Amino acid sequence: MKDVAPEEVVTTISAGNSWAFFDFAELRRYRDLFYFLVWRDIKVLYAQTILGFSWAILNPLVQIVVFSVIFGRVARIDTDGIPYVLFSTVAIIPWTYMSEAMTAASQSLVQGKQVLGKIYFPRVLFPLTPILAKLVDFSISLVILVVVMTYYQVTLTWNLLLLPPLILAMMLVPTGIGMWLAALAIRYRDVKFAMSFFIKLLIYTAPILYTASAIPEQYRFWYSFNPLVAVIEGFRASLLGTPIEWQFIVPGLITSVLVFLSGAIYFRRMEKVFVDVI
Amino acid sequence: MTKKAITVDNLSKVYRIGLKGATNDSFGRAMIDFARSPFSNYRKYRSLYRFSEDELAGNYVGEDILWALKNVSFDVDQGDVVGIVGVNGAGKSTLLKVISNITPPTIGSITIRGRVSSLLEVGTGFHPELTGRENVYLNGTILGMRKKEVDFKFDEIVDFSGVEKFLDTPVKRYSMGMRVRLAFAVAAHLEPEILIIDEVLAVGDAEFQKKCLSKMEDVGKEGRTVLFVSHNMAAVTRLCSRGILLSGGSIIGDSDAHSIVSTYLTSGMGTAASREWPDSADAPGDDAVRLRSIRVIDTDGAVAEGADIRKPVGLVMEYDVLSDDQVLLPYFSLTNDEGVLVFSTIDQDIQWHTEPRRPGRYTSTAWVPGNLLSEGMVYVLVAMRTPHRKYRPIQLGDAIAFNVIDKMEGESARGSWVGRLSGAVRPKLDWTTEYKSAEDAPGD
Repeated sequence: MKDVAPEEVVTTISAGNSWAFFDFAELRRYRDLFYFLVWRDIKVLYAQTILGFSWAILNPLVQIVVFSVIFGRVARIDTDGIPYVLFSTVAIIPWTYMSEAMTAASQSLVQGKQVLGKIYFPRVLFPLTPILAKLVDFSISLVILVVVMTYYQVTLTWNLLLLPPLILAMMLVPTGIGMWLAALAIRYRDVKFAMSFFIKLLIYTAPILYTASAIPEQYRFWYSFNPLVAVIEGFRASLLGTPIEWQFIVPGLITSVLVFLSGAIYFRRMEKVFVDVI
Repeated sequence: MTKKAITVDNLSKVYRIGLKGATNDSFGRAMIDFARSPFSNYRKYRSLYRFSEDELAGNYVGEDILWALKNVSFDVDQGDVVGIVGVNGAGKSTLLKVISNITPPTIGSITIRGRVSSLLEVGTGFHPELTGRENVYLNGTILGMRKKEVDFKFDEIVDFSGVEKFLDTPVKRYSMGMRVRLAFAVAAHLEPEILIIDEVLAVGDAEFQKKCLSKMEDVGKEGRTVLFVSHNMAAVTRLCSRGILLSGGSIIGDSDAHSIVSTYLTSGMGTAASREWPDSADAPGDDAVRLRSIRVIDTDGAVAEGADIRKPVGLVMEYDVLSDDQVLLPYFSLTNDEGVLVFSTIDQDIQWHTEPRRPGRYTSTAWVPGNLLSEGMVYVLVAMRTPHRKYRPIQLGDAIAFNVIDKMEGESARGSWVGRLSGAVRPKLDWTTEYKSAEDAPGD
């Protein structure tokens, strides 16, 4: 088209791996594709279902009910006086997003292998697409959060200002892990099998069903480097107005940034050979 | 001064092909191997894209190493339309994949100046659950268009595809043909500076292919750089100004398209309309008979790559009979593009059905009447049969091929109909239609 500036694009393709970080100019050129990929994922997700987007509510809702019965009523886990339903809801909503985004991102390259072998576009769009697409489910599931918080008459505090950066952190975690796992999964399909129990175990590594203060003192330092801990503790403090425990939030954020950066570098190093190792 | 759009410099691409591992005959060995398998699997998957210096050294002949491309260098000027030809496995598709940035070169580099679109497949990324309209946008952006470019061309794309009515129907309910049309319509409206196309014209019916070919011709005329892989020699000569002939991963010819196509065809690499065996010793056959040449000719006796659908074509086989004790019956079998056997034919001269031929050179010609074959490629099996069912001194599948073309000048079975007319044969039949006006019709 005539109105597009005649910028000359020079591409050099050469042998060998590079340590280059993302080519942001190129990603910018492909932003429309990114938009359509995300939009495709959203449109197709609940195609030919009866309940449609209600699944985005049902899925976390069932988990909340089950966990509230087992851990709240039967095991009677101590939650520092917070009603268990409220306690678990504020954690399960971001957890559901993170686990689903992580699983989808890790399988994104394997599922897209048909396209991978036929056309070039920045490969990182594959794992990034579910990170954005799953936000739709997340937003819908916020309905549960609002209902539960209204029922328990939670008063909002200034802590709520932390929520937007926490949502970014919540996206950063599956992005970093997703890039790592996607790049590994295309070479080793073991990832797919490991993923199902990895996610099941992962839920117990974060204070989703129990409080972080239940962790014995001497382990807390190492525990706090789990990026999930930062997101979950952050969500709880921000929504429920409980004191912000920075010692549980800062280390996890550092880890998630490191996982993101290393994931990006590993992905970039590997992306050239994806097609040859499918 | 013309600028170089593509510079390919000493490009090589090496693949590791799987080798069958040693098999075990004892249970104990098998258990040990099972325990070790994670390590050997890890090494195996790692070695897929890593090659040692020894392996890449020029003279290394590794059993599990395949040089899909070897030391390929060429330049393409801006505005050139280059056809890449070669037999299957010559490295054409690998070359396009490397230039399209899909797979990395093992050695060497490529520099590309300009926006590239590659079309290695029609309809990449089509999603069955999305509607036609949605897929146009998705596929368009996958091929490198911006959303506003798709907006701008949307009506043209839909017109070209001819599926207006089904735009809001999920693509999973489309017929294969409709899907291909829509996908090609999107691809045909790409406007990159450099276009890379792999054999995509091989899809769709003849009429749609014709439409696509003329669209491609326009693309070439607009001064865009095009790299085009095809087995359709007629398309290569028609569209391309220059040809590159690949064989075994290396360039063995780089010249104007016409001479490259004829080199390709006469070298016996492609299925050509004419083949000969100058040396009797290499010729197909045995002590009784040897094939010397085969060709497809038109009514003027000239070799016909492309045969006019309305005119007869001759299938000619020249052979030397070397002994006088065999009953020999020349035989041709015609197969179309879809692998359908159209018909077989055997020497009609009843004399030779029982009588052995005397030694000497024979030339037998079978004339296929005009208006019998359908449009498209026809592959000819050439054989020498004998009364013994199992003894065939000569049998060559896909020995020669020709393209039946309807120039749409009337007189063919099409008349002036331009739509589909499917079937393995297309005879021009006598049609009669009786007419009675409404008044004359028997009343009821």
